[in-house]
Amino acid sequence: MKPIDAADVQRRIDMFKDQDVYLHLELTLGAYAARFDKTKHQASTFIKNAAIRYSRGSIAGGGPFRVGLKTEQGWVYSEGLTHYEDRETDKLILAGHDGEGKLIVALMLSREAF
Amino acid sequence: MGKHVLLVLPHPDDEAFGFAGTMAFHLKNGDNVTYACLTLGEMGRNMGFPPFANRVTLPAIRKGELEASCRAIGIEDLRMLGFHDKMIEFEDPDLIDEKIGALLQELRPYLVYTFYPGYAVHPDHNACGAAVVRSVARLPKSQRPQILCNAFAGNSEADLGKPNIVRDVSEFLPLKRASITAHRTQFQAAELMGQKPWSDEELRARFGIERFWIYPFAD
Repeated sequence: MKPIDAADVQRRIDMFKDQDVYLHLELTLGAYAARFDKTKHQASTFIKNAAIRYSRGSIAGGGPFRVGLKTEQGWVYSEGLTHYEDRETDKLILAGHDGEGKLIVALMLSREAF
Repeated sequence: MGKHVLLVLPHPDDEAFGFAGTMAFHLKNGDNVTYACLTLGEMGRNMGFPPFANRVTLPAIRKGELEASCRAIGIEDLRMLGFHDKMIEFEDPDLIDEKIGALLQELRPYLVYTFYPGYAVHPDHNACGAAVVRSVARLPKSQRPQILCNAFAGNSEADLGKPNIVRDVSEFLPLKRASITAHRTQFQAAELMGQKPWSDEELRARFGIERFWIYPFAD
């Protein structure tokens, strides 16, 4: 994974536009988020292989980045993205890592199921 | 018939803190005020405390709060433009500009109030301000209304200088308080309201002044 190059990510977002694609979207604070600090509210969520199609998509911000995809019936949105997989040719793999390198957020697109 | 003022903001409650007193000022002076609100704030995290709204009911509840806030200020012409909360920066700019452009054509305002693009913290605020600037820039120079922007990013004064308009709205504070508290789901949050009702002094100190920068067009 490399720090996000917004222009390169935008090119990859455009690559999947107007097609049926699989989405993986995830937000996690980790399974131990509240273990040592009870004031923390532990939460996480993901959806894997949701089938979507979007007509517009873009990356915004100056880092960490935001991505929004306009689908036929709604939206996909993710904030806090920091890294992407630049060697991947047929998937879009975006992630947001915290200061310790841990994954907080992930947004991935592929024409084949994950 | 008075002249027209147009207020364009992305979220119900954006009008309450930074613009309510100024809108009341214009109404008192005989101007007509139209408020175009781009979204219903349906992605808001404050659901009342204890929560009485949910993700499904929040848009309708916030619509009601927005209408109540407008009644408090005296705004009779409220347009809800139907865009999705948090998605203004990702929406097709032509769609947004078309709606704002239609309002500019219909109302021919002499002033448009919005957020200063790049200096309004929330991406929706910045994208809303940018859409207003684009839409007004399309008009012939002689027909452009002045754009008055609220900026509250930390670097606003360092980059933009002092605000062009510093308006004392203390005479409208009762209206402003009613506008703020109309947004029941939003302003019960402790970080905004504190734990006890504001005194008049606190209200004046925090909300008695509204500041605006004139947007400078390059041409």
